[in-house]
Amino acid sequence: MSSGTLYDKVWDLHQVAQLPGGATQLFIGLHLIHEVTSPQAFAGLKDLGLTVRHPERTVATVDHIVPTTSQARPFADPLAEEMLATLEANCAEHGITLHGIGSGRQGIVHVIAPELGLTQPGMTVACGDSHTSTHGAFGAIAFGIGTSQVRDVLASQSLAMGKLKVRRIWVDGRLQRGVYAKDLVLHVIRSLGVKGGVGYAYEFAGPVIEALSMEERMTLCNMAIEGGARCGYVNPDPVTFAYLQGRPFAPAGEAWDQAVAWWTSLASGPDAVFDDEVRFDAASIAPTVTWGITPGQGIGVDEAVPTLEQTEPDERPLAEEAYRYMDLEPGSPIAGTPVDVCFIGSCTNGRLSDLQAAAAVARGRHVAAGIKAFVVPGSEQVAVAAQAEGLDKLFEAAGFEWREPGCSMCLAMNPDRLEGRQISASSSNRNFKGRQGSASGRTLLMSPAMVAAAAINGRVSDVRDLLNA
Amino acid sequence: MSSSSSFPVGAIHHVSGTAVVVRGDDIDTDRIIPARFLKCVTFDALGPAVFADDRAEMAEASAEPHPFDRAEHQGASILLVNRNFGCGSSREHAPQALMRWGIRAVVGESFAEIFYGNCLALGIPCLVADHDVMLQIQAAAADPAMAFRVDVEQARLTAGDQSWPLELAPGPKQMLATGQWDATGQLLANGEALQATAARLPYLRQFSAA
Repeated sequence: MSSGTLYDKVWDLHQVAQLPGGATQLFIGLHLIHEVTSPQAFAGLKDLGLTVRHPERTVATVDHIVPTTSQARPFADPLAEEMLATLEANCAEHGITLHGIGSGRQGIVHVIAPELGLTQPGMTVACGDSHTSTHGAFGAIAFGIGTSQVRDVLASQSLAMGKLKVRRIWVDGRLQRGVYAKDLVLHVIRSLGVKGGVGYAYEFAGPVIEALSMEERMTLCNMAIEGGARCGYVNPDPVTFAYLQGRPFAPAGEAWDQAVAWWTSLASGPDAVFDDEVRFDAASIAPTVTWGITPGQGIGVDEAVPTLEQTEPDERPLAEEAYRYMDLEPGSPIAGTPVDVCFIGSCTNGRLSDLQAAAAVARGRHVAAGIKAFVVPGSEQVAVAAQAEGLDKLFEAAGFEWREPGCSMCLAMNPDRLEGRQISASSSNRNFKGRQGSASGRTLLMSPAMVAAAAINGRVSDVRDLLNA
Repeated sequence: MSSSSSFPVGAIHHVSGTAVVVRGDDIDTDRIIPARFLKCVTFDALGPAVFADDRAEMAEASAEPHPFDRAEHQGASILLVNRNFGCGSSREHAPQALMRWGIRAVVGESFAEIFYGNCLALGIPCLVADHDVMLQIQAAAADPAMAFRVDVEQARLTAGDQSWPLELAPGPKQMLATGQWDATGQLLANGEALQATAARLPYLRQFSAA
């Protein structure tokens, strides 16, 4: 059993009670809500005659359903309009802050909470969205919940939870040029499997993790859930503190020093005990691309789609389903696979540094003929910062569309989607069947720089070749 | 389609009925309920949309319809699955859609955690079977008329003269058996402890001394 880890310390601090059923009642420090998984929770609250216990600890934005072309109200899609109107009414009724379109603070919930300084080390963070694991980048214990649990947090600012085991994922060495946090996490999931993390929190640690920026750490923790781990985290350190200082909801003045001292005390100590540890060498990781229908079906861009013989026996049925669905030949190289649509954005890779990495590839080049390529900043703040650097113009000159912030084609609850059998190069997080809005649409997950490379060449390409050109 | 009056309520000791098998590992919640059906402010209409894209795909491309489309499985209440069922998105719409189609218990080799918790919050037990046991269970379910019974407290599945051991963690077992699977009431009962917890969290008092 783990002890002395950040997870243990934060868990202990937030324990309210042991519940009769055996679960722990855990206090939730920050509750984030959006338009998709909250309306039924508010309705449930009303049904029970309850109110919101700590409206000041819940923060709302709108992201999944917003169009990224025109965000004028009412939305063209009446269902999308109804969802946002419902969120607005619920927030107004219960005194919850909503960072809406045009506020300057709207965006993907997992982008805005960090950039506003709402997410801080040592907090428990819950949101009705599985990618809440993102916030673990700050040394928070952050996890996705369902709508009944959203109702519970609204009502009680707490949840019934079971404690997880803790696996330390230690990464030595150095990432090669052209290899990003996205490649690292795809490599981890490829190695440990999409079920490997079930029952665990992942602590990401080691020299490579310490050298990652906060935005890279967010990419890493964001996809912990794709490896089955409900939360992933990085211990808070000076990189964390430098990111937070001066943000609107971060502590300031005397409180700042107190905060840093407390945050520092939460990190897993040298005597921390983990339930499990797995080590990786970053130098061996290539730009990584998924070829199949789960995020665990990934390979280096210089590798071939694995054959059935190269696949573990119990993974073979899924591999066969993936060959059929993706229409990729086992044994054939993934590089060179033609793509139709290139998407840069999402809660995984829609931050400023992601756009900068893609722009470095796109600069002075042009999207290949017949390819639809578009860039969706993760938030209004990301959009403003990118525009200040001229990235919007750079992308447009290179043949990419520059869009308004939102979840966009990550999950296609808005007008951005694949059509028919189209195949995308996507900086998002899931390559599930039908994920991007067409029941037969296909997704290749990769880093934003790799998506840009695919857009330029019209096919899956090793971004290292373009960076060196 | 079940009416809302038959949704789980109170203590859940057992679930009886016919079974439907959905084979395969890593069946994610996008497949259970595609995202376009999440454009709603109630769960009411989700039942018919469960597995919508998988069902359409099989209707088009396969000799056999999807299990949820086969006449003999209409009215089934026990879902039999394999490994890591319900992975991916946290959407409660997935168990809501299964429940509204008629599912009242799920037996599988393993479950994704958020899905498992979402089912529990609806009073739908998810029980775990070893791989070999699961193969036996799914073989027994080849007879679509076979009557199954999930015993929650014993964590057993029976069908005719066959019976298999399942796993159900003590916490969820107790919550189901005592009717406390809906945690809201328990959470609200601890108002003082909630206050005490909030009072010791530095970030809730702007990091000033207590």
